[in-house]
Amino acid sequence: MNAPLGYIGNTPAQRLIPAQPIVRLEKVSKTFPGRDGQPVTALREIDLTVPQGSILGVIGRSGAGKSTLIRLVNGLEKPSSGKVIVDGADIAALPEAALRHARRSIGMIFQHFNLLSSRTAAQNIALPLEVAGYDKADIRTRVEELLALVGLSDKRNRYPSELSGGQKQRVGIARALATKPKVLLSDEATSALDPETTRSILDLLARINEELGLTILLITHEMAVIRNIAREVAVIEGGGIVEQGNVFEVFTRPQHEVTRSFLADESGRALPPYVQSRLTSEATPGSQAVIRIGFRGPHATDPVLARLARDLDIEANILSGSVDEIAGRPFGTLVVGVPETSVSTTLDFLKKHGLDTEVLGYVA
Amino acid sequence: MSPEMINLIAASTGETLYMVAVSALIATLFGLPLGVYLATSGKGELFAAPWVNRVLGLIVNATRSTPFIILVVAIIPFTRLIAGTSIGTNAAIVPLTIAATPFIARLIEGAIREVDQGLIEAARAFGATPLQIVLKVLIPEALPGIVLGLTLAIVSLLGFSAMVGAVGGGGLGDLGIRYGYQRFMPEMMLAVVVVLIVLVQAVQSIGDRLARRLNKRIRHA
Repeated sequence: MNAPLGYIGNTPAQRLIPAQPIVRLEKVSKTFPGRDGQPVTALREIDLTVPQGSILGVIGRSGAGKSTLIRLVNGLEKPSSGKVIVDGADIAALPEAALRHARRSIGMIFQHFNLLSSRTAAQNIALPLEVAGYDKADIRTRVEELLALVGLSDKRNRYPSELSGGQKQRVGIARALATKPKVLLSDEATSALDPETTRSILDLLARINEELGLTILLITHEMAVIRNIAREVAVIEGGGIVEQGNVFEVFTRPQHEVTRSFLADESGRALPPYVQSRLTSEATPGSQAVIRIGFRGPHATDPVLARLARDLDIEANILSGSVDEIAGRPFGTLVVGVPETSVSTTLDFLKKHGLDTEVLGYVA
Repeated sequence: MSPEMINLIAASTGETLYMVAVSALIATLFGLPLGVYLATSGKGELFAAPWVNRVLGLIVNATRSTPFIILVVAIIPFTRLIAGTSIGTNAAIVPLTIAATPFIARLIEGAIREVDQGLIEAARAFGATPLQIVLKVLIPEALPGIVLGLTLAIVSLLGFSAMVGAVGGGGLGDLGIRYGYQRFMPEMMLAVVVVLIVLVQAVQSIGDRLARRLNKRIRHA
């Protein structure tokens, strides 16, 4: 795996080799000096590995520490303790000159694009190459390649003020890829864009991941970004990672409260308002239990409610439901009401069929 | 207006332009790096040296708070050292330069500080050295602001140059005082004021136009 990742030496066969972590954070903590002299802990004891060629999304609310986390990876921030290993080198321990050199293999894109307003699209893309000391002819060919890659060849002489948000981010992506990095860091890269543009930028990132085998580490506060592009997800809260795993697992079986709240806005998980407003935590005689059933993979299309009625004579009242695809696998959610007296039989029955269940509460 | 008067005005205009141009040039030569350094040497910045920054800031402020006419007189020995004499147009360039340098430095510091911090972060992220960040990011991005600052400095220098008549510096201000005021020639005073207005207008509109041309943040039709 010594061949530089980029446009060459990256056949699909190579990608089938069990992925080595290209980014590894080991017990990383970061504290900032606070305003009143009290140190503020931004990150505590973070362990995170990003396998080569994967797309890992870190999701968290603002202030959860995700910006600090991503800045540790290219050394824009230094950890207070712990190791940040990127492509075999401890970023935190590198002297300045070596760190600058290492940064050429770590591209970064930003929420507000951070393009130079005084340079055209092509000149912005050329900047990292000029800084790295490439000669003029090489820069010109490389910039043309990159413009073509991001679909902006016809905008090469436009200034950022003449480009739309999505086009600016494409320039940002081309600039980040200029020095053929092995890792791309994405700092809320789509948060300033509308949903449609977000989609097209995510598609571009997915394509780059696929075609160039580029590892992508992205941070976001939007579950939709994770669901559209990431294969692995880590949920960060209060400076620590509270949940981590592949996207399908985490989406379909969220373990942590924070993860659930991020998923609440996702389709199929929110309760209809007329149920939500009447929901209580205690059962009363004659009330109905509200149960969320999760259908994963092979069970997604099972006619389980029909069987419930036929085998156990329990009539479930459907309150809401949806079938969705997460990370390429089908996933269904159904919220049903069953008589409070038959809750345990119903739950047993559903579990026997391999379904996930969650009692949300009771309605009178 | 007599031909002698017109000759006098032309000669004085020449002296003023000479003094202002030379002092603006030298002051920019010193003020640009000083301003860039002031903008980048604060705590946590590219060339972080908070103490040096503070001391330089103090010197700059002290120079700027000295009234120009007092500065002219106070530095006469220094002027003699540099220009070989303490009177005349060349001698006047010394105090003009010394007054304009910290002024220009502050204006350039302001323009550099206007540059989005995100650009510095992006440049660091792709491996630029601090010097590359200054030369390839900060100065080009701040250029419209720098041009406007220099325009303001040149206009101020036109005003300051009127005072160097006190040390025999000549120029339009001196002409206005000696002929217009002391010899009761209101038409001479008026002519001097008109020439100065035209000069200021010209400098300002050239500066504005250049800054607008350089500013790519705004869409041009």
